[in-house]
Amino acid sequence: MNLARTLACVVLLLVCVVSLGAGWFAPSGYARQFREAPSSPPSRQHWLGTDDIGRDRFARVLYGTRISLLLAPAAALISTLLAALVGGLAGYLGGIWLRLATGFTDLFLSLPWLFLLITVRALLPLNVSPLVSVLITFLILGLLGWAASARVLAASAQTLRSSDFVLQARATGVRGFRLFLVHVLPNLKPVLYAQFWISIPVFILSEANLGILGLGVAEPLPSWGSLLRELEGMMSFRDEPWRLVPLLLLIVVMTSFQTLLTDETEEVAA
Amino acid sequence: MLWRITRHLLSIAGIVLLGGLISATLVRLAPGFDTDEHQLDPNLSAESVRALRSSHAGEQNVLYFYASYLRGALHGELGVSHALNQPIQNLLRERSMVTVRIAGVGLLLGWLLAMALAFIVSLARVSACEILGTAVSGAFLCIPAAVLALLSVMFNAPGYLAIALIVFPKTYRYSRNLLAKAYAMPHIIAARARGLGELRILIWHALPVIGLQMVALAGITVSIALGACIPVEALCGLPGIGQLAWQAALARDLPLLVNVTILVTLVTLLANSGADVIIHMARSQEA
Repeated sequence: MNLARTLACVVLLLVCVVSLGAGWFAPSGYARQFREAPSSPPSRQHWLGTDDIGRDRFARVLYGTRISLLLAPAAALISTLLAALVGGLAGYLGGIWLRLATGFTDLFLSLPWLFLLITVRALLPLNVSPLVSVLITFLILGLLGWAASARVLAASAQTLRSSDFVLQARATGVRGFRLFLVHVLPNLKPVLYAQFWISIPVFILSEANLGILGLGVAEPLPSWGSLLRELEGMMSFRDEPWRLVPLLLLIVVMTSFQTLLTDETEEVAA
Repeated sequence: MLWRITRHLLSIAGIVLLGGLISATLVRLAPGFDTDEHQLDPNLSAESVRALRSSHAGEQNVLYFYASYLRGALHGELGVSHALNQPIQNLLRERSMVTVRIAGVGLLLGWLLAMALAFIVSLARVSACEILGTAVSGAFLCIPAAVLALLSVMFNAPGYLAIALIVFPKTYRYSRNLLAKAYAMPHIIAARARGLGELRILIWHALPVIGLQMVALAGITVSIALGACIPVEALCGLPGIGQLAWQAALARDLPLLVNVTILVTLVTLLANSGADVIIHMARSQEA
């Protein structure tokens, strides 16, 4: 493990621990309003100041990070499982199943990712409770984001299908779904892991895009999207530079993911 | 070759038609569909409200709507937008010019930036340049498209700059990796050993190796740029196709969203298939 990867691991671990312990580290709840101090600059009481309606920005950053970092992997898990089911199974079965799955993934990939995501989210209910909005947002990410992974998995499963050990397993009488579960799926694990890890930063960024457009997690629940939405009212960086903290944190987390992923994908490629 | 092009066109037609049908179904099932605030107007008589309702009656059955839409489309009639109360043909014509300009200039600028940086890093062969290139492209990869759009508003920068900065990091990373692989090839190592200049190696030996893959990347970046048009146009207030799609989805405007979806799917597929055909032609010429 090189220095950059170790550093990325440490940063991610630190961010995860601090955001998971938001209840302890945050000076107040994410929705608590300090009505006497709206839009206040950083102080001893509010480390990153308060937002327009007097909520502590540091607390919102911690809770928002927790939501994004917990639910993006959950969405990535859904999309990877769907990809394994559609791509892996179709690649293993081949023939008409593979053609059908390829056509289906082509259909999903024929629309730009952001276009598909934003349009579908905009069509779903917008006036819902914060908890439902979180579920809708991350379920959409999971249910729409499987196509690219399915294509990779179909190709890998197709290669495995004609491999010697699968042929031997078939010769010894292992057939059908059992062959897929016992012999093919375990060998798809490295590709599945890689696809899972690749999906997480993509979903974090996608949630941020949705949140900025007002289609993400509903208020008062914070997420990176809703935190970054605060940039909308800024006229310059010099006005209130502490407002940039969520963006900087996002860049740090995403860079850490990138550093880890570069090595991960290289290992899978090898 | 002709068969390949025909197969591509057939596949594009199939996917576009299916994409349109799925988007129509999604809009039909969307909560809030078939609610028109005009129906709540107390000044309207019961007859007028009934007339308003009957004007949307054709959209209740998705298959019926889609069949009649396709019949109209064959005659050049794309319907009328409920939300904007304008013929969709006019809307698409006006708005597509804005998107073509933003996405086109953004793509061009993004590619220029990416290729210039990739060439400089390749020619310089200094690790500091490599690190700088990776850091700059990495930073832009980590910023959501919508944040870049907000920053372009903050700095009064044109919308195409945001598109360029969205396209740039992906293009740079990919082209830099391809160049690095090309530079490790035996014939380029031999050329360098014989004392050929770096610029000559790049133009005569490295670029032909990576050319076809760059064509494939060009097709993908069209899709990236089109996708980025929604947040950029919506946040920067640019009246393009992205903003139109955004408004259509929010207003549950069935005819408009179906048309926009079909248009975006068609452009994306044509860009990717065009790249595919160019690659196939070049490979068959090589063979």
